[in-house]
Amino acid sequence: MTDQAYNFAYLDEQTKRMIRRAILKGVAVPGYQVPFASREMPMPYGWGTGGVQVTAACLVPEDRLKVIDQGADDTTNAVSIRKFFQRVAGVAVTEATQEATLIQTRHRIPDTSLSAGQILVYQVPIPEPLRFLEPRESETRKMHELEDYGLMHVKLYEDIARHGQIATSYAYPVKVEDRYVMDPSPIPKFDNPKLSNSPALQLFGAGREQRIYALPPFTHVVSLDFDDHPFVPSKADHACDLCDASDSYLDEVIIDDQGGRMFVCSDTDYCGGRRAAGHVGRLGEEAI
Amino acid sequence: MYVAVKGGERAIDNAHAWLAAERRGDAAVAELSLAQIRAQLSLAVNRVMAEGSLYDADLAALAIKQSRGDLIEAIFLIRAYRTTLPRLGASVPVETAQMAVIRRVSATFKDLPGGQVLGPTFDYTHRLLDFKLAAEGEALAAPATAAADLADVPHVTGFLNRDGLIEANPRSAAQPADLTREPMELPASRALRLQAITRGDEGFILSMAYSTQRGYGRTHAFVGELRIGMVAVEMEIPELGFAVEIGEIELTECETVNQFKGSKTEPPQFTRGYGLVFGQTERKAIAMSLVDRSLRWAELGEENSGAPAQDEEFVLMHADNIQATGFLEHIKLPHYVDFQSELELVRKLRAEVLAGTEAAE
Amino acid sequence: MTLLALQGGFADAPIASAHAFRAALTALSQPGQILSVTGAAPPAPVSVAAGVLLLTLVDGTTPVHLAGRYDCAALRDWLTFHTGAPLVAPEAASFALGTWADLQPVGRFAQGLPDYPDRSCTLIVEMAALSNTGSRLTGPGIADHARLNLPEVAAFQANRARFPLGFDAFFTAADQIAGLPRSTHVEDF
Repeated sequence: MTDQAYNFAYLDEQTKRMIRRAILKGVAVPGYQVPFASREMPMPYGWGTGGVQVTAACLVPEDRLKVIDQGADDTTNAVSIRKFFQRVAGVAVTEATQEATLIQTRHRIPDTSLSAGQILVYQVPIPEPLRFLEPRESETRKMHELEDYGLMHVKLYEDIARHGQIATSYAYPVKVEDRYVMDPSPIPKFDNPKLSNSPALQLFGAGREQRIYALPPFTHVVSLDFDDHPFVPSKADHACDLCDASDSYLDEVIIDDQGGRMFVCSDTDYCGGRRAAGHVGRLGEEAI
Repeated sequence: MYVAVKGGERAIDNAHAWLAAERRGDAAVAELSLAQIRAQLSLAVNRVMAEGSLYDADLAALAIKQSRGDLIEAIFLIRAYRTTLPRLGASVPVETAQMAVIRRVSATFKDLPGGQVLGPTFDYTHRLLDFKLAAEGEALAAPATAAADLADVPHVTGFLNRDGLIEANPRSAAQPADLTREPMELPASRALRLQAITRGDEGFILSMAYSTQRGYGRTHAFVGELRIGMVAVEMEIPELGFAVEIGEIELTECETVNQFKGSKTEPPQFTRGYGLVFGQTERKAIAMSLVDRSLRWAELGEENSGAPAQDEEFVLMHADNIQATGFLEHIKLPHYVDFQSELELVRKLRAEVLAGTEAAE
Repeated sequence: MTLLALQGGFADAPIASAHAFRAALTALSQPGQILSVTGAAPPAPVSVAAGVLLLTLVDGTTPVHLAGRYDCAALRDWLTFHTGAPLVAPEAASFALGTWADLQPVGRFAQGLPDYPDRSCTLIVEMAALSNTGSRLTGPGIADHARLNLPEVAAFQANRARFPLGFDAFFTAADQIAGLPRSTHVEDF
């Protein structure tokens, strides 16, 4: 049931139009960060206000919404955002990736493949991939304009010189359609390959930083690397201890004070689905 | 045995119930009314209105009550409410020269038309705890106040302007951009900068201003004038063809007079810094005028000494306490996934370094 | 202003515009897809689809250019009443409406700035009909290739050559829309 005190999906119509126009510009210029007049939302900046505004601008009453944080549906902030949209938009919700029409996520791309017609909305803290190399917006905007990404390559190269490899494990920068360097939000680099050629539409919202950007379906996205140091998506070198998946991103869980650990899927829906289908991991029998 | 973390929803509901109980506190103590907050914590109300960018003392009092006195949380509540309101239009500029002043001081002239009015200020109170206030039921003698002077109180800077001693400040009919309706674009116009500073965090603006006084981008400010009082707000009604008064608001205005040795195009003269804030908020208004002046270095052809308060992007992008506290506090949220990827990276880097050391031995 | 101008808006604006935007989003993010929209009844000669796009995307902050016979009193009044959009010359427009011939030369419309390519115009091109025939489209949003009966090819090739600058286009006919962002490569077929 929608809360009648608020407009459908909370935002007023003029605000939604402004956000919708920004989303369309983002779609037209993949990877380019479109400035938008982000509104104060009833949750703190840094807690998904950008994603929430993008989701609010996209939702229709018939949507089935899934909200995940760290891959899980039941983390507190995911619960809070899901509840918000149930209240102000009256939409149906689901935890099943395949059933969702719109998925709002923080820090993960689901391990279940997305399909055509789905929209994945990312919460983005710092949309500017060059920000930690050059703090000034006035400078980074110029770099994007001139396609001057030398600073980024220097940084990655220095990593290799010092560590023998690129020491960036999440928010790993990508290049979109051979034009804009883009921050994929703080997803682990394991997820980077899923950005490219996805059948789903991917939208990125940064509320505090007032930016929206997009990857239309089937957009070509490349993780930055060097010929002699190719990009390697990595994860813990284990199988899930609950569902035995070897192709999913794993969280490490400390299970006792003797150094005991287990590795479990970060994507709870993916893991649950596999266990329901009869897959059992190393500790799957005894876990609840 | 491993039990997956579940029950986020129940935890949140319980936390909210607990929070509400803590907010009310001891039920044997009388509950605070909004009228009490509005009347007796009026400077807190003013700060919430100023940084919430919404002139509504009752809502500010409600926000203070709901936030248990956490003013940044109260400002946040007001901002989140404000954003749902439609923008009906823009008022005509308020005439602060026609302010019904309750306080007006100048540090540049001993006496001046309109007079100096000390008003309800803490300035010369001795900061001694008044234990009489601890006992309730105080009876106050009525203060002797001059009847509000209805005549215009001309601005001090106007006197300087008559002699060409201070930069002119021509009126503009252009409608300024609205910071809350358009994304910030840098470099920002002065109007946009002033909007950002007036709703910026009082502590941040105060410290930025203080830094300019201590030499980080010094601007040699005198308080030309500080005034507090009510002004009428008027709006043009297109159907009527003239402006009508729609209400009045309390404002604090500060104009600083700053030394300026002249540039290639301008002769030596004084320059201005400007502060205007909702309510009686003079610390903020003075700080605002110093920061405004400091940010004008490029326009006035001054040298950039690299001081933080001269750095427009630094000041404007970090002044908002709602943005700042949100991003700061978001690091409480789970970061299992990013941390896991860092954990693996550090393990891998360590393994390689250790293997290298062993090989060398 | 006539009474007609007051009619033909969305009955339930939040829901109708949500559905319409989703269609516009799909159209622009999957060039070549043809979608149906509903809810607007604009005055002639405007199609339902163009009316829906206008009601969904324009307001007092987005200057609109009406080209050719679309620059008529009935539409001006309708648009003003329902959206408050200022009506302007082509160069100042955020949105422009007309047939492809009316909109020529399209070089007049804002193409964006090198540092702000988003500051560009969106064209709403009225067509007799839309079909998945004719020009071959490739690029972002398209798995392999798509087809759309574009009014011409050269202008869209020139537009793509300026990427990331350029205009974006919606094509409308009756209740149907299709999109062509500046990122799409267009070939004659």
